[in-house]
Formats: sequence, C-alpha cells, structure tokens
Amino acid sequence: MPTLLDQIRTPSATPPPSHTLPVRPAFQSPIEDAVMQIRDLDFYYGKFKALKKVNLDIARRKVTAFIGPSGCGKSTLLRTFNRMFDLYPGQRAEGQILVRGENILDPGQDVNLLRAKIGMVFQKPTPFPMTIFENIAFGVRLYESLDARALEERVEWALRKAALWDEVKEKLNQSGLSLSGGQQQRLCIARMVAVKPEVLLLDEPTSALDPISTAKVEELVNELKADYTIAIVTHNMQQAARSSDYTAFLYLGELIEFDETERIFTHPAKQQTEDYITGRFG
Amino acid sequence: MESSIYRRRLITNRVGMILSGIAMAVGLAGLTWILWTLLYNGLSAFGYDFFFNSTPAPGSPGGGMANAIVGSLLMVGASTLVATPVGILAGIYLAEYGATSRFAAATRFVVDIMLSAPSIVIGLFVYAVAVATVGHFSGWAGSIALGLIAVPVVVRTTENMLNLVPGSLREAAFALGAPRWRVNTAVALRAVKGGVVTGVLLSVARMIGETAPLLFTALNNQFFTTDMGQPMANLPVVIYNFAMSPYADWQELAWGGAALIALVVLGINIAARMLFRDPVRS
Repeated sequence: MPTLLDQIRTPSATPPPSHTLPVRPAFQSPIEDAVMQIRDLDFYYGKFKALKKVNLDIARRKVTAFIGPSGCGKSTLLRTFNRMFDLYPGQRAEGQILVRGENILDPGQDVNLLRAKIGMVFQKPTPFPMTIFENIAFGVRLYESLDARALEERVEWALRKAALWDEVKEKLNQSGLSLSGGQQQRLCIARMVAVKPEVLLLDEPTSALDPISTAKVEELVNELKADYTIAIVTHNMQQAARSSDYTAFLYLGELIEFDETERIFTHPAKQQTEDYITGRFG
Repeated sequence: MESSIYRRRLITNRVGMILSGIAMAVGLAGLTWILWTLLYNGLSAFGYDFFFNSTPAPGSPGGGMANAIVGSLLMVGASTLVATPVGILAGIYLAEYGATSRFAAATRFVVDIMLSAPSIVIGLFVYAVAVATVGHFSGWAGSIALGLIAVPVVVRTTENMLNLVPGSLREAAFALGAPRWRVNTAVALRAVKGGVVTGVLLSVARMIGETAPLLFTALNNQFFTTDMGQPMANLPVVIYNFAMSPYADWQELAWGGAALIALVVLGINIAARMLFRDPVRS
C-alpha cells in the first residue's frame, strides 16, 4: 500500500514547466474609495503566526464585517488597525496598513494620535470608574481644550449620536457603572464617537448584550455608517448580513474571501465560505 | 450504597463545620479577651486630664497623655505624608511598568523583605543613620523609622490592587488615544482608589502601634512639644515605660494609652473594611 510519502515522491506524469510556476498576483481590490489598505499583513503572537498575508481594503463610510470561527484571527486583525497589540510585548505585525498613503505600522507612527483617529469598542462594556459625563469628556480632553460650554455640548452630541441621551440626561453626574450592560456599551460608543475618529472598530460589540440591547446597538451602527467608516467583528452571521456592506471571511489566520456582503451570503466564491455561512462548520 | 456515601459526606461536613467553628471561637475569644481587658482597665483613665495634660511626675495628680498623643499624631502624620506618595508611585511602577524588568523584580523582593523585617532592626538602622550622626533623639528620626515601615505596606497594596484592574479597562483608555500616564492615573488607579486608600489606612494602623523603632529614634519626652527636632513623646514608648513602672497612676495611664491605641486601630480597620468592600467595580 503506498504511503502518503510515496505519493508525494512519485513524480507526476507531466511536471509543470518552470515558467508557469504560480506567481502571486498583485492584490486586486473591489473597493475604489478605501480608507485603509491592508497589504501582505502577517501577525505573530510570539512564534505563533496568527495572520497570514492578509490583503484587504476598508471602504470609506461603509460597514465591513469580519466573520469566521473562534481563533481565526478576526479580532487580531481588528487590533492591528489601531495597533492595540503594541501594548503587549511579543506581539508584532509585519506588512503594511496604509492610511492616507502612510503605513501605520511604521515604528515612527504616533500611536496615541492614531488611536484617537481610529476608535474602538470592545466585547465587554468598559465604562471608566467616573461619572457618565466624565466618561465622555475624558477622551475629548486628551486632544482638545474646550471651554465648559463647548464640552457640555460635545458630550450631549456624542450621547445623542449613541442614542443614549434621553436615558441619561437627568443623571450625567452618576457613575457610568450604574448603567445597564446595554447602556454601558452605548456609553462606550458615545465615548469613542466624542473624540471624532474617522474609523470605528467594533470588536464583537453585542456579544455580551441581551437581544434588545443588541438590536439597539445594531440600529446605531446603521446610523453611524452615514458619517463613519466602520469595521466590525462578529460571531453573529445575521448581524453581518444585516448591517454590513462588505464581509471578510477568515479561517485559520487566512483571509479566505472578501467581497460585498450580498455576494458573500448569496454566491460565495469559495466552498469554505459557503460551509461556514450555512453553518456546516465553525 | 448511595445513601451510605451520602451519610458519610454529611458527617464529614458536620465534623468540618464543628472544627472550624471551634477554631473561630478560639480566635475570637483571644481577641475579645484582649479588648475587654484593655477597655476594662483603660477606660477609667479617659477623661479631660488624659487628653489635655502631659505625662506627670510619679505621684503628682492630674497628669495625662497629651504630649504622647500629639507626638504620635505628628510622627505618624509626617510619615504618612511621605510614605503615601512614595508607596503609591512605587506600586504603580511595579504594576504598570515593571511587569518583566529585573529592576522591578529586585524592588519587589526588597519590598517583601521590608514587609517582614523586624521593626527593631529598622529602629536600630535609623538610630545609626539619623540619631547617632546628629547626636540626639528626635521626632524626625521617629518619623523616618515609621515611614520605612509604612512604605512597603503601601507599595504592596497599590501593586496588588492595580493588578486587579481588568486589562480591558486599560485597553479601552488606550483605544481613545490616552497616553500611558493618563491611563495609569485617571483610569487604573481611580478604579481601585478604595483599595489603595485601604492600604494607606492599614499602614497608619501599623505605625500607630510600633514601639521598637521609636525607642531608638524619638525616645520620649516628659514635656509637651511640637518640635520634631527634639526627642518626642509617643504613645507606645510611654505605655512601655509607664506599664513597667511601680507607680499606680502611671500604670493606669499606660492602660488608658493601650486602650486608646486599640480603639484607633480597630476604628481604622473598620473604616478600611468598609472602603475595601468594593475594590474594583466593573
């Protein structure tokens, strides 16, 4: 019985001529107006390679969803966009993430400034241990010196954007921790929006929320995409289908397919994508 | 079969309950006995004279502990004022910056040794450094000795508290573009301020009762003084001297002083307990 090794060793009948060796084609993006261009991105946790040659564009004022089974690297990918991984020694990214022609992975990049431009909301709500007002004002004060009046206006504006104003306007001086989980998450979204970023990164923003809060946050995402570029990681296929314009499917650190959401969910090009979205694995 | 296993578990459970109940009773009995003895003998010394007159010559009526109380307050107060910022800053360094560095590991080791160092060693050290060189005992020397005892307590609690802050909270602050020092002070430290204050209070409680370091540094003073350049009366040393004396009125004052210290330490611990109830609210 031939072993696997034998099969590999057996020379094939017609060896491919050398000039047809596969050449990686230059990445062709389906997106014309891209805010971020990710090129040949590799990511390492120590020696473990978590992302392999990822190429992708993030379209301006659109929602891009990242889907894939746990551990596929979708959160890792999101965390390269604002260099969150920088906080942890041993994690590093190679390749390019171009924003306005500049590679944000450059060591010379001002990371704080970058993070002010590219906001992020996490899986679990993370209100700061301060009042609702201060939660919002904290980020604003980092980069702007507004007078009291302007700051109040900004806080109200951000809370309205996050559809939270009516629920908290009477208790701005109460602790942010006194809010419910869904309200806390919207507070975090308001906090992010308040510093006027260009891109919003949402890392499974509804996975810790009940269905009603989830619906509110999703609705919010739909409203925010008029003004912002949004990248969202989600485990929830319906969420991706409902609220995104583009979808990227990742599996084992590789970008398997990236296209318009409608096409991904109706005519995926790859079998793996179809298997995943129809629930056959993952 | 099953019921015999169940019965055995029931019996084991009951034996365990009884044993731990006895252990608790022994511990509580000791504490109650000490407190009761102190209050029984000490409360009768409390009165106007006790708080507003200085230590008397033997046999002369109307003496009190005013000089010792004020001396203790001044020295403990000065030590707290210095030890608190030093300890908190060192704790921040250890928790936020020195996770892996060798210097931090060495600092942590030294702090641990200082925590368990016999206080008489610290007293002798300060005697050599700040008494022998100056030529006389002083309140400042006492403060230095107490400070050396307080700093490691504050360092350790601050570090332990900061380690309780969830990483997601720090990430959320970083994601807004906050520089590291803002994240540490405005978010992380703020999240555990109750626990840190508790550490400071416990260090105060520890200092109030320390006798050995003061014997070699502040010594004692028969007269009322607020000049910390001079030898200074303080509760523990006065109690030590008076309790050993053959004079009944001195012995009574010693009981009163001991009861006062016990009540203050008890009060501080209760306050700390109440603050500590909720170290990280998230």
